[in-house]
Amino acid sequence: MAWQAVDRIHPVIDKDAPQILSDAVREKIRSFFPRYETKRAALLPALHVVQDALGHVNHQAMKEIAEVLEIPPSDVLDTMSFYTHFWDHAKGEKVVVVCRSLSCQLMGSDAVLQAAREELKIEEHGTTPDGKYSLVTEECLAACDHAPCVLVNEKMHKRVKPDQISKLLKDAKNDEITFPRSSLFDKPAKKATADPADLPRTSDVREMKES
Amino acid sequence: MAKYEPVLLKNVGVEGVRNLKVYRERGGYAAAEKALKNHTPAQIVEIVKESGLRGRGGAGFPAGVKWSFLPEKRQVTYLCVNADESEPGTFCNRVLMEEDPHQLLEGIIISAYATQTTTAYIYMRVEFHEQFHILQTALDEAYAAGLFGKNLFGTGYNLECFIHRGAGAYVCGEETGLIESLEGKRGWPRIKPPFPAIEGLFRRPTVVNNVETLCCVPHIIERGAAWFKSIGTEGSSGPKLYTISGPVKRPGCYEAPLGITCRDLIFGDDYGQGMIDGRKVKGCIPGGLSVGVLTESELDCKLDFDEVRKYGLLGLGTAGAIVIPQDADIREVLANVARFYSHESCGQCTQCREGTNWMYKIAMRIALGAGRIADLDLICEVTRKMGMMPGLSICGLPDGAAYPIRTIVEKFRDEFEQHIRRQEPGRVEQVLKRLNPAIYELPIIGQRGSHTYHRAG
Repeated sequence: MAWQAVDRIHPVIDKDAPQILSDAVREKIRSFFPRYETKRAALLPALHVVQDALGHVNHQAMKEIAEVLEIPPSDVLDTMSFYTHFWDHAKGEKVVVVCRSLSCQLMGSDAVLQAAREELKIEEHGTTPDGKYSLVTEECLAACDHAPCVLVNEKMHKRVKPDQISKLLKDAKNDEITFPRSSLFDKPAKKATADPADLPRTSDVREMKES
Repeated sequence: MAKYEPVLLKNVGVEGVRNLKVYRERGGYAAAEKALKNHTPAQIVEIVKESGLRGRGGAGFPAGVKWSFLPEKRQVTYLCVNADESEPGTFCNRVLMEEDPHQLLEGIIISAYATQTTTAYIYMRVEFHEQFHILQTALDEAYAAGLFGKNLFGTGYNLECFIHRGAGAYVCGEETGLIESLEGKRGWPRIKPPFPAIEGLFRRPTVVNNVETLCCVPHIIERGAAWFKSIGTEGSSGPKLYTISGPVKRPGCYEAPLGITCRDLIFGDDYGQGMIDGRKVKGCIPGGLSVGVLTESELDCKLDFDEVRKYGLLGLGTAGAIVIPQDADIREVLANVARFYSHESCGQCTQCREGTNWMYKIAMRIALGAGRIADLDLICEVTRKMGMMPGLSICGLPDGAAYPIRTIVEKFRDEFEQHIRRQEPGRVEQVLKRLNPAIYELPIIGQRGSHTYHRAG
């Protein structure tokens, strides 16, 4: 087994790379400023806005968020790495979240997760090769009365049976919520940007060679 | 006993009650108007104190007393509404926000007026997508009707209210963790004192209240403290939302006066209506995962703030019951509970960060069929060495981890021992070797694997 180490020699961000946050996104982030006493408090909304627009928040986006909020980029990384909701590498268009907490487990979430794994042919935290789906598990989704539950992007699917998974994942409208949306946060981007800079996290880990 | 008339859930199932117009037709915002026009803030604090309303978020701290801790002279006060409901088995806040968003907003107006709050933040967990859109729509509607903003009800009182979305962290339900998260930092709970009432959000006096607590406030103002006190038991007054999940016939959220028994909740006609497929109850976690477990013989425990402690539980918690059926493997249950806390520990305090992981490893070992009798004592010992009660941690999360794990192991010890005795011989070594091959290749000195270099001769 070759030793793998995080590459700290080469810079993570290309200094000459063009901006990836559009003016509209920046304006949206700024619209949260009047709500709070400090600009840093708008960080969580900003991360939501960027993740909704780009699909994930990479290092370049973190740096640009830091510029807008006037805080060090390391603070953005510090906060972002704490929360499980944010992705620092490309995720699928739709994220399938299977609840694995006690109520759901007692009602059979293990079988649901297994069915989803087989249907998508990926492991937990994996993304399908066509970039359509990512599969994750999470602790309680607060829908224990409808256990076992599965969240597809914004839509909660209740009392899911393992044999319904196949149909559910083939349905193109499985992430549409029935309630009127508020315009405060956008829908997660349909097409996640496929930028070469957005390689998965493993690209930061390079094999160290003797050279 | 006469049929209980729901208070908090009275609007559930009413067509279009999410709209302001329908809510107002049903007497909505009358309490807010009454509070702001007829009472001074101090009077409302007194009324709430007198009603004996205790916080519904888990700790059961009297809400009125919490409000009275605010310093006399203050420019800015914040009210944080804790809608970060992530305790497994609990979903009453979700129901309240989903079915009757304006009730919460009315509660916020009155509580904010009582504490002279300038800005209220609703900290909502990000997994509540539908609920966010419902509440945000309701809030926009209330703003448009002049219920928020400047000069409320012509009294000259100004109040802003915003929804702040979290990002998936259990520990942000702890009040100082929530405040840190609102400030755009990691959700690491703060060392107390100073308590949030003195120095909270942006270092200003802050009140943090649960959604359900605030939903009780309009009803107290409307019907008076004496009415509120007449419901429930001595020391635990008022209606409470009980939630029940697991293999029962009618899982869901039910309203009852504080002090119904756990057996009622599972088998009562108005509540769970018994188990599906004639399954039997092995145990029940009565108040959200963190409080601990009741065995079948202890189901007659009254669920109020004080009674549950007699059964070795942490407290009432959030009154979210999870029923464990007889055919569930108790080892799997233990592993699931331990995994939850090892996943959600924020990593600030050593004994919680390491202890929850140790417990998870031990629980996994037992679940994989490689347990030892000594593991049961070991896991109980770990639970006694962590948490706020021995005074070792910043927040209550490790207590919440210790209680369920300890009560599961202690109350179902016979069952664990049976499982362990039935394990095939050699299984322990086999599993441990797979989990950690390194220690089995160490030289044996004095019958133990040793890390010291072994020199032949």
